[in-house]
Amino acid sequence: MSGILSLTTFAPLLGVAAILVLRALGGTENPAAVRAAKAIALATSLATFALSILVVLRFDTHQAGFQFTESSAWFAGLRYAMGVDGVSVLFVLLTAFLMPLCIVASWRSVTTRVVEYMIAFLVLETLVIGVFCALDLIVFYLFFEGQLIPMFLIIGIWGGKNRVYAAFKFFLYTLLGSVLMLAAILAMIGIAHTSSIPALLAFKFAPAVQTWLWLAFFASFAVKMPMWPVHTWLPDAHVEAPTAGSVILAGILLKMGGYGFMRFSIPMFPNASWQFTPLIFALSVIAIVYTSLVAFRQTDIKKLIAYSSVAHMGFVTLGIFSGNLQGEQGALFQMLSHGVVSGALFLCVGVVYDRMHTREIAFYGGLVNRMPIYAAVFMLFTMGNVGLPGTSGFVGEILTLTGAYGASTWPAIVAATGVILSAVYALSLYRRVVFGEITNPALGAIGDLGRRETLIFAPLIIATLWLGLQPGLVFHITDASTRHLVDAYRAATGRGGP
Amino acid sequence: MSLDPAVLISSPELILAVSALGLLVWGAFAGRGGTVFTLAAMTALAVAAVAACLGNQGSAFHGGLIADAAAVFAKVVIYAASAAAIPLGDRWFARRGGARFEFAVLVILAALGMGMMVSAGDLISLYVALELQSLALYILAAFRRDDARSSEAGLKYFVLGALSSGLLLYGASLIYGFAGSTRFDVIAASVHAGAAPGVLFGLVFLICGLAFKVSAAPFHMWTPDVYEGAPTPVVGFFAGAPKLAAMVLLARVLGEGFGGALGQWRQVLVALALASVGVGAFAGLAQNNLKRLWAYSSIANIGYALVGLAAGGTAGVQSMLLFMVLYVIDVTGFFACLSALSREGRPMETMDDFAGLMRERPGLALAMTAFSLSALGLPPFSGFWAKYFVFKAAIGAGLAPLAVAALVGSVVAAFYYLRLIKVMWLDPAPGKTDPPAGEAVAITWASALFAFPAVLVALIALEPLARTAAEALGHR
Repeated sequence: MSGILSLTTFAPLLGVAAILVLRALGGTENPAAVRAAKAIALATSLATFALSILVVLRFDTHQAGFQFTESSAWFAGLRYAMGVDGVSVLFVLLTAFLMPLCIVASWRSVTTRVVEYMIAFLVLETLVIGVFCALDLIVFYLFFEGQLIPMFLIIGIWGGKNRVYAAFKFFLYTLLGSVLMLAAILAMIGIAHTSSIPALLAFKFAPAVQTWLWLAFFASFAVKMPMWPVHTWLPDAHVEAPTAGSVILAGILLKMGGYGFMRFSIPMFPNASWQFTPLIFALSVIAIVYTSLVAFRQTDIKKLIAYSSVAHMGFVTLGIFSGNLQGEQGALFQMLSHGVVSGALFLCVGVVYDRMHTREIAFYGGLVNRMPIYAAVFMLFTMGNVGLPGTSGFVGEILTLTGAYGASTWPAIVAATGVILSAVYALSLYRRVVFGEITNPALGAIGDLGRRETLIFAPLIIATLWLGLQPGLVFHITDASTRHLVDAYRAATGRGGP
Repeated sequence: MSLDPAVLISSPELILAVSALGLLVWGAFAGRGGTVFTLAAMTALAVAAVAACLGNQGSAFHGGLIADAAAVFAKVVIYAASAAAIPLGDRWFARRGGARFEFAVLVILAALGMGMMVSAGDLISLYVALELQSLALYILAAFRRDDARSSEAGLKYFVLGALSSGLLLYGASLIYGFAGSTRFDVIAASVHAGAAPGVLFGLVFLICGLAFKVSAAPFHMWTPDVYEGAPTPVVGFFAGAPKLAAMVLLARVLGEGFGGALGQWRQVLVALALASVGVGAFAGLAQNNLKRLWAYSSIANIGYALVGLAAGGTAGVQSMLLFMVLYVIDVTGFFACLSALSREGRPMETMDDFAGLMRERPGLALAMTAFSLSALGLPPFSGFWAKYFVFKAAIGAGLAPLAVAALVGSVVAAFYYLRLIKVMWLDPAPGKTDPPAGEAVAITWASALFAFPAVLVALIALEPLARTAAEALGHR
């Protein structure tokens, strides 16, 4: 099975190559070429999804270490190394799962420069999967940083009115965090004389050095995550991005921050992580309460969901830094669940935006009268967002809160109010958009979900309910690796066994 | 018959000198250049590069001329960049009705000067090489003598260049006076025995003179004006190779002559690097003319190269050499692209001229995007690898604060590179562009493909070559 990760990572690039060849043969705006480009993009992303399923099926759940590893020498001591463990393998699946949905969601709503759009998404898919598979710091950085370019273009070309501002803000915020991480990466290579992630996981950095390295990585991941107070790029980017761009942003790109904390900060700098836990807890709690309140006051549907993402990511950081099994498992689960639910919510917004071209909450109201199926679907994902038992959101929230409670009482109690606040903003959004009588005459002719849209939502509904009712499937895969992570963390911070 | 060893060591220089004179006579009798003439000039450079690779290593003329791994490494790049500049410039001038055969001759003379710079073993040959190179470049900057801006650029370059030569000579005379020799190895012995303040005083002047040549802040004032006024292919030529030559020269002087005074010159280089990155990043934000913008970009990038040199040691010098090679390729490609494009016969120079280029000429726009992202240092483009080596060396040498400051500077600079990308990708096109010139497109594409993805493979070979070259430069 060696080589399957490289194949999964670079499979979307094969699609790009095919589209480019096609483009060289036919014209750019020729309708047949556009249709063919869409078909190729969908086929490639589905093939990638199939490969990622294969990876998960062949994954040995009893091993804590990296599997499917590949390694070959490059220059200057660098190696091209790939591999997945229980922490990363499900993110590969999540990415490959969301990407075909994004492409289908853009089938009609993207009408300009379709060929370039498809190329940008496929390139993005390669880079994101690469982030989760890379086992060399520099290879990781290549994938991590490379995403800025396609995402900049997706927001900048196919975004809303204020897209240029949002694209610049997204790029510069993330770049500033990343260059600090680059400095830390170079320092780590200088100290440990290796850039291999497995070797660095075994390397023990001096506590004084850990502090600096941790802060530099924190700068990058906190922006990516995003954590309060560096979250302000996210609402802008979300609001301006096209629907599929928002799905990718919320569903996958944000997860790279949490993944980074679990892959680098906790195991490589355990002492610093322990030392900075109060800071993280404080920021997480502020994020949960404050951004929930901010979300409640929004007049733009997308912005509301964007702020709710920040609040949900607060639970993730809370769980990661609680340093116990419930916390880590819950954080991972919460990230996967949020990837599905928030992606679905952005798609729900996309449905009405495609019809009415506005995201103002006040514009809508009474949609249930015209769009009953849509109302039901939207209801399910709203409940997933609130964390209703039976949906995937519940499992993540309860576990991260349990984990946090085990680490520190008060932050967990304050964060728990976030569960109530999320119900406040999410349900009031739902009430204002869906319930009531239709007061806006423009909504008179709005139609319910079409076949293509139902097709998009079906897998998401299945995933949300499946994760909510059968969370054990996920924990089965993540168990060995998170257990190993927690044990090592506890040993390094001198808190003994579990 | 056996040749004098000095002849073998200086064979690239002899080949270029003889070719330059031969071509001058040929041109004078024929009255004009032409394709054969251009090809002959390029062949001369290629032969000189081969001679540099195959020729003997050692030192000749009482240590005045050194041929070692570093000299060979730099010469191959310099001669290649010069060879690319000849067809680019000849055709460009021909299209604008100003083709003259002297162009190729001047480029060869500049290449000869640059080759001698990287081989200089004492202060006299250093100065002679530098002046030979500079004089050729002054004329090239003013090559469109009927164009006021080009003449202005040449004059500015000349006057300010003369000032820097004065600084450099003053420094050299102080060093000679206090160390008792112009040879680097003798100076090194004197520095090792305990450097007199006069020697260090002279060294600072020498560094200032060279900082002017590489346009490091605060000696950068000539750069934007000269870049803007000089003919585009000429800018592409002197934005690349001469800076590489001057950086290698600086590395050699500091390594072979002043290796014992690392603590002293490092401070100067750190200050220059910080100032360059800061000026390049912030002043570039206000530019609307792409040639001026790239002038500030080059100031910032020289700052990064100086970070590598300030790190010192083999790793530092190696990183500087790699940085400069990748940068030369990048900048050559960028200006080739700029000289390829025009709108209704008018050269495209401002940001607005590039609006909507992605829709009209996707190939060239992609290449421009690659050059911009590479200059910004975003992975996986070549500029990232250049910065990777530089900052790794700097952090390894304990200069982490400098590295972080320079990296943050690159985030500021990111804004103007992004602006160019935004204009090309997002904005609507104001009108049609003219068909681009074939040779410029070829060079643009070659450079862009090098920036990504060829660099990922090329570095496997370049990295050890640069290390060998760095080891030859006497840094420990």
